[in-house]
Amino acid sequence: MPSKEDLYQLFVEKAELVAAKVTSIASEDDALKYVINLCGEKEACQLLVSGCEADLSDKAEALCDTKQKKVIAAPGLNEDLYKKLAAQAKKAGFECIDKGMRDHLAGVDIGFTYAEYGIADTGTLMLDCPGEEMRLATMVSEFHVCVLPKSKIKANTYAVEKMMLTRMKKTPDYLAFITGPSRTADIERVLALGVHGPLELHILLLED
Amino acid sequence: MQKAHNLKEYREELHETLENDFLRTSLDNFAIAYRTNRANIFKDIDVRGLIQEVAASKDAAAQNSEALFKEFKKNAEAAGVHVHFAKDGEEANRIITKIAKDADCKKIVKSKSMTAEETLLNHDLEDAGIEVTETDLGEWIIQLRHEGPSHMVMPAIHLSRYQVGDLFTEVTGKKQDTEIEKLVKVARRELRQKYVEADMGISGANFAIAETGGIGIVTNEGNARLVTTLPRVHVALMGIDKLLPNLRDALRILKVLPRNATVQNLTSYVTWITGNNECLAAEDGKKEIHYVVLDNGRSELIKDPVFSQINRCVRCGACANVCPVYRLVGGHKMGHIYIGAIGLILTYFFHGKEKAKNLVQNCINCEACKDVCAGGIDLPRLIKEVHARIQDEDGHPLPSLLLGKVLRNRKLFHTLLRTAKWGQKPVAEKDGFIRHLPMIFSKEHKFRALPTIAETPFRDWWKENRPQVDNPKYRVALFSGCVQDFVYPEQMQAAVDVFAANGVAMEFPEKQSCCGLPVQMMGETKASRDVAAQNLRAFEPDAYDYIVTLCASCAAHLKHNYPKLVMDKPSLKLRADAFSAKIIDYSSFVNDVLKVEAKDFTQTGEKATYHAPCHLCRGLDVHEAPRQLIEKSGLEYVECAEEEVCCGFGGTFSMKFPELSAELLKKKLDNVEATGADTLLTDCPGCIMQLRGGLKRRGSKVQVKHVAEVMSKNKK
Repeated sequence: MPSKEDLYQLFVEKAELVAAKVTSIASEDDALKYVINLCGEKEACQLLVSGCEADLSDKAEALCDTKQKKVIAAPGLNEDLYKKLAAQAKKAGFECIDKGMRDHLAGVDIGFTYAEYGIADTGTLMLDCPGEEMRLATMVSEFHVCVLPKSKIKANTYAVEKMMLTRMKKTPDYLAFITGPSRTADIERVLALGVHGPLELHILLLED
Repeated sequence: MQKAHNLKEYREELHETLENDFLRTSLDNFAIAYRTNRANIFKDIDVRGLIQEVAASKDAAAQNSEALFKEFKKNAEAAGVHVHFAKDGEEANRIITKIAKDADCKKIVKSKSMTAEETLLNHDLEDAGIEVTETDLGEWIIQLRHEGPSHMVMPAIHLSRYQVGDLFTEVTGKKQDTEIEKLVKVARRELRQKYVEADMGISGANFAIAETGGIGIVTNEGNARLVTTLPRVHVALMGIDKLLPNLRDALRILKVLPRNATVQNLTSYVTWITGNNECLAAEDGKKEIHYVVLDNGRSELIKDPVFSQINRCVRCGACANVCPVYRLVGGHKMGHIYIGAIGLILTYFFHGKEKAKNLVQNCINCEACKDVCAGGIDLPRLIKEVHARIQDEDGHPLPSLLLGKVLRNRKLFHTLLRTAKWGQKPVAEKDGFIRHLPMIFSKEHKFRALPTIAETPFRDWWKENRPQVDNPKYRVALFSGCVQDFVYPEQMQAAVDVFAANGVAMEFPEKQSCCGLPVQMMGETKASRDVAAQNLRAFEPDAYDYIVTLCASCAAHLKHNYPKLVMDKPSLKLRADAFSAKIIDYSSFVNDVLKVEAKDFTQTGEKATYHAPCHLCRGLDVHEAPRQLIEKSGLEYVECAEEEVCCGFGGTFSMKFPELSAELLKKKLDNVEATGADTLLTDCPGCIMQLRGGLKRRGSKVQVKHVAEVMSKNKK
């Protein structure tokens, strides 16, 4: 049996191998600080993945116009944490939402979530998201920031099988393995990050 | 998509792709990178064991598919999903079109589905006035170009960034860059509005899990998550081959699928959907979900004793990734809709004989696909079986019938070879090559010189010269195969020399003939069986410790195929099992059994490189023995790039597809010459014929020899 520390090391190694940005944090407050900072560092009102400078068809361009302010989407957080985040976001001049993702399909700056489990041998996050808001927040965001408590790191997919089955049997269910940011190599086999999903995946490993 | 009506037209199509430099370069780069990267990603994994597990679980699922479908349907329906069964593609398309009409859907976004390619679903939906948009980047590109996929996992691998740039310029009405990063961003934004507008999403499924009634989808781009989340209706189209009893089996396949397909530990997203999820665009807040489970010939396949293993295919596309022929001509020519080795087979079952009959001949039988297959499918054998079936249905072409007739009659065959020796006199050069190729060989065959028939066949030499070995350590029977018997007897003589010096008593059963692989390759199953029976009767397996052959192709055929060929004849089957257990190749015998040592050979230090025959390295899984022998026999072994890649001979393949054979040979010889070695060694007379003939045409100084020949020469 690998030790907790081994699993943690392996998780970090494998996640970084697929271009996830992994940071250790001591508390949930650190996570909020991280999100606010990251949102602040992003260029103002820019959909980085598209780049506002890109020449698009008129119709696709129109979708871009619906986004005027930096947005943090954080559905699925516990109430207290969400309140804290919303307050900090407001102070920094960002919009913070926990629902209504369909009004933000042009994209949001940051999707902020909690993972249920981590899978060490592939650096994978397991997120259960039967709710649509959470699914969209993790897909239409430019950056996906996800907190993973260290104690939730398991060795491999077989070790989460039982947990998965429990969730799947309580239907309906919509469960995701997320390993690194969205990617494609469909043009000349050259790797490009951020096709339909996030351009960056930030994993915050929480000491617990 | 394959459109040629006959082999001639097909060859013309192949010729066109051979001239596509972009395609050739990108497939070359891909093939080389894939091989190295795959070895790395599996380095800590028992890949053989994993493949066996996958094969066993898929086989069990196939045998149980009806019950699995019932269980899957029951659980899916209990979770609010509608489940449909479609007996063929037409019915599947009809069901899906009706779902769209009934739910008043006008716009559809699709996440990649090979099954929808198989049924040509988009055509039917578009005919019904519905707008369909592919969202996988590669699929979107080929949809815009009105093409089919050229690779199962990378559908647009045949296109350059410039072609994509031009295409996007047309689509957006704005001039686009050719920087890949930017093109990807443009696609992202253009497609985002398609998701927003769509009322229906269509996906495939990689797994249909009976115990939960749910599906699993593997993607990198994440489009499957959007397609299954945003529109109010979701339809997943999947073949019955996707049915699995439980989640564990899916997780197991997930260990091999991305690693084999794109050399990733896992794709960015694996999406598990169970039941009708929340959908805020639907009136009742619930998504309308339909699973359409397609048969289209699969249940027939599952019942077929030979072809049932096709059900193991997990659509990773690895068989194309390693196929030397695919690497030359790309997926549009190496497949109809499904591409690569599995594509040649599936085309016959899903799209019919007419689409498959030319394709199926384009397999060089190098076994690279079999070696890499995630489900352990014996792809080359099945391709030959399809070829044989088509010939049985359509009638056999004259050359293959004739060869079959000749090989079944050993005396006639050997008389013909002896006669050829006289017939070739006017065109034979002193150096062992034919000066001018006879008229029947058109100019396409000029890429290599062909050897002359030897003055004295091995069997005649043996009668006069068989050595006397007293107190033998081993008793072996020699199997020469036709090429060494009649063209290169000196290779056999060299082996006899080394064997005798190492205390090996030998027999050469005179009634042996061609191993029968050439007729098997031409789809002459009956002749292939008859030849096998003839050879089995010629050898008394119990009388020897080993049956040694210096031809890798003969060895692999004798060892693996003979027991299968006589399966229906119980008495012969026992003999074939005993026979095949005794078959050993020259290098393994000399290195691993005789355990020769370097001190018995004169060390010249001369540089030699190696070509690994397909049927030795993959067919018999022999890798180290010949390389160790090269060093032991006193030479310095220099590794050659792509040493285990086919030389392009493939027996009758090189006669049928000379252009492809020439290209494969060119690559091989370029690699050989780059080593700077003066000697090229190998373990198969067929490869020697190809390599020597090609080097002769190039005017190269590199000498080609069988490993046995240097061992005999340097023996102290």
